[in-house]
Amino acid sequence: MVKPADRYKSGVMPYAKMGYWDADYVPKDTDVIACFRITPQDGVDPIEAAAAVAGESSTATWTVVWTDRLTACDHYRAKAYRVDPVPGIPGQYFSYIAYELDLFEEDSIANLTASIIGNVFGFKPLKALRLEDMRIPVAYLKTFQGPATGIVVERERLDKFGRPLLGATTKPKLGLSGKNYGRVVYEALKGGLDFVKDDENINSQPFMGWRDRFLYCMEAVNKASAATGEIKGHYLNVTAGTVENMYERAEFAKQLGSCIIMIDLVIGYSSIQSMAKWARKNDMILHLHRAGHGTYTRQKSHGVSFRVIAKWMRMAGVDHIHAGTVVGKLEGDPNVIKGIYSVCRDSFTKKNLEQGIFFDQDWAGLRKMMPVASGGIHAGQMHQLIEYLGEDVVLQFGGGTIGHPMGIQAGATANRVALETMVKARNEGKDIWNEGPQILADAAKWCAPLRAALDTWKDVTFNYESTDTADFVPTATPA
Amino acid sequence: MKITQGTFSFLPDLTDAEIGMQINYALKQGWAIGVEYTDDPHPRNFYWEMWGNPMFDLRDAAGVMVEVLACRKAHSKLYVRVNAFDSTLGFESTRLSFIVNRPKDEPGFLLRRTEVSGRQIQYTTESYATRAPEGRRYE
Repeated sequence: MVKPADRYKSGVMPYAKMGYWDADYVPKDTDVIACFRITPQDGVDPIEAAAAVAGESSTATWTVVWTDRLTACDHYRAKAYRVDPVPGIPGQYFSYIAYELDLFEEDSIANLTASIIGNVFGFKPLKALRLEDMRIPVAYLKTFQGPATGIVVERERLDKFGRPLLGATTKPKLGLSGKNYGRVVYEALKGGLDFVKDDENINSQPFMGWRDRFLYCMEAVNKASAATGEIKGHYLNVTAGTVENMYERAEFAKQLGSCIIMIDLVIGYSSIQSMAKWARKNDMILHLHRAGHGTYTRQKSHGVSFRVIAKWMRMAGVDHIHAGTVVGKLEGDPNVIKGIYSVCRDSFTKKNLEQGIFFDQDWAGLRKMMPVASGGIHAGQMHQLIEYLGEDVVLQFGGGTIGHPMGIQAGATANRVALETMVKARNEGKDIWNEGPQILADAAKWCAPLRAALDTWKDVTFNYESTDTADFVPTATPA
Repeated sequence: MKITQGTFSFLPDLTDAEIGMQINYALKQGWAIGVEYTDDPHPRNFYWEMWGNPMFDLRDAAGVMVEVLACRKAHSKLYVRVNAFDSTLGFESTRLSFIVNRPKDEPGFLLRRTEVSGRQIQYTTESYATRAPEGRRYE
């Protein structure tokens, strides 16, 4: 036992000795737990590095301060309690750190993240640092609203069940006038899509002001709805330079009868929470485009894994989140994507190291978030998409709808027929993973748009190595 | 026009055998089947008439099919759909819903535009079928 007088003598002391390392610590049910991947500088002991992360992300500074003695400082110190080498990657370690609940303000992602990913990511003794996963205690979760609408209520409002939803992003992303833009929306919705989407960088530019876009898009939505007898929607992007402007745009979307609005991740966590509260209050579905995330989620050595961002966004209260396609043009290892989809849709997520899930997570009744698969996917991959991504997902075929050789309506129809055909076959007990291409080919015999889609994109695949992969491989259990 | 509500509306009408397979799938998931019909397919008409309660205790696809056929016979000129209800915690909602009967001619919907202030338009969708009184639609 160190004497207090020695412990608090002015000077520098290893973080581990300051109380930020405790190998015997057993996390409480109410602790926030984080798993970091740490890459210490050469010669830095991993345990000291883990303790430093715990210290810098909670109460510590670089030197001893006597003012600690005015507080219940043991209570507030985060505790690193476990350090494991990363399998197969020398020099990297998974460190587990527990944070007392009193460190955090209720209902504030900003406060949570200011600690967990605050100063600590620039800390010199580490070459790199990555937040891999977090366990959010039920006690803390219960202070958050969660998704404004949630998967179940969204489906009931839209009256669409039993199949993934279908969407597309209007292309070209930039440059269309409001009137031309609405044309794309109408064609795609009438052809069979449930949703069309603004892209992340469509806000209010010289070529198209936001009010114009909203007015034409709602004409398209309502016209398509009357033409098909289905509820349709267009994600009106309300992203703007200030929250006040976003409220104004959201109010206008509501006045026009839109069922859904959209925001970008780059607006920041507090703005997202504000918009989620607005959406809950105004019966609006809230779509989140994860613009910007690739800057910090993709590299395995440094940053924040997307599964953590997904957890924060479910707490913050969005209804839709782009979460990967596996087969499309954007980053996505199948196992890692499965893990992220679980974070979005589970009531209870079980620890699964192969999928990058380091902790059991009880979601405490928080509503579920609809994952969105978007980016370089087409009708010919329908069997793979359903097999990988399941049913509660929005499949977005932008180019695959608008670039169809027979036109946008035909493109939408091709996707919808491929989708319904595949769901029907799966329900009938067919082995869609293996028979998928044949099932699509058979449907293409009576559906010319599907035939054309299959012919156009038959050879398109994006087979590149994923950078963000899980570090644990399945091991055979001895019999 | 053809109303495209429901899980399989873009496919050719399901045969009885195909309907049976979907029912079988739903029962295997532990879901309960309910049959509903309506003479007003407005997209926001959420409450079609129930052909009895959902059949929680009927776990046999052939037995369920008898009810589907009976409803279809009694309301051959109307829309009939099969719903599957999941009572699992976290779902507790419809999990599958598909149309198994529709009128020969589907009149569709009128989109009414009311021009309000500025360039704003208020949209209302109206089923043409509901212009005739109940019981005399689709005749």
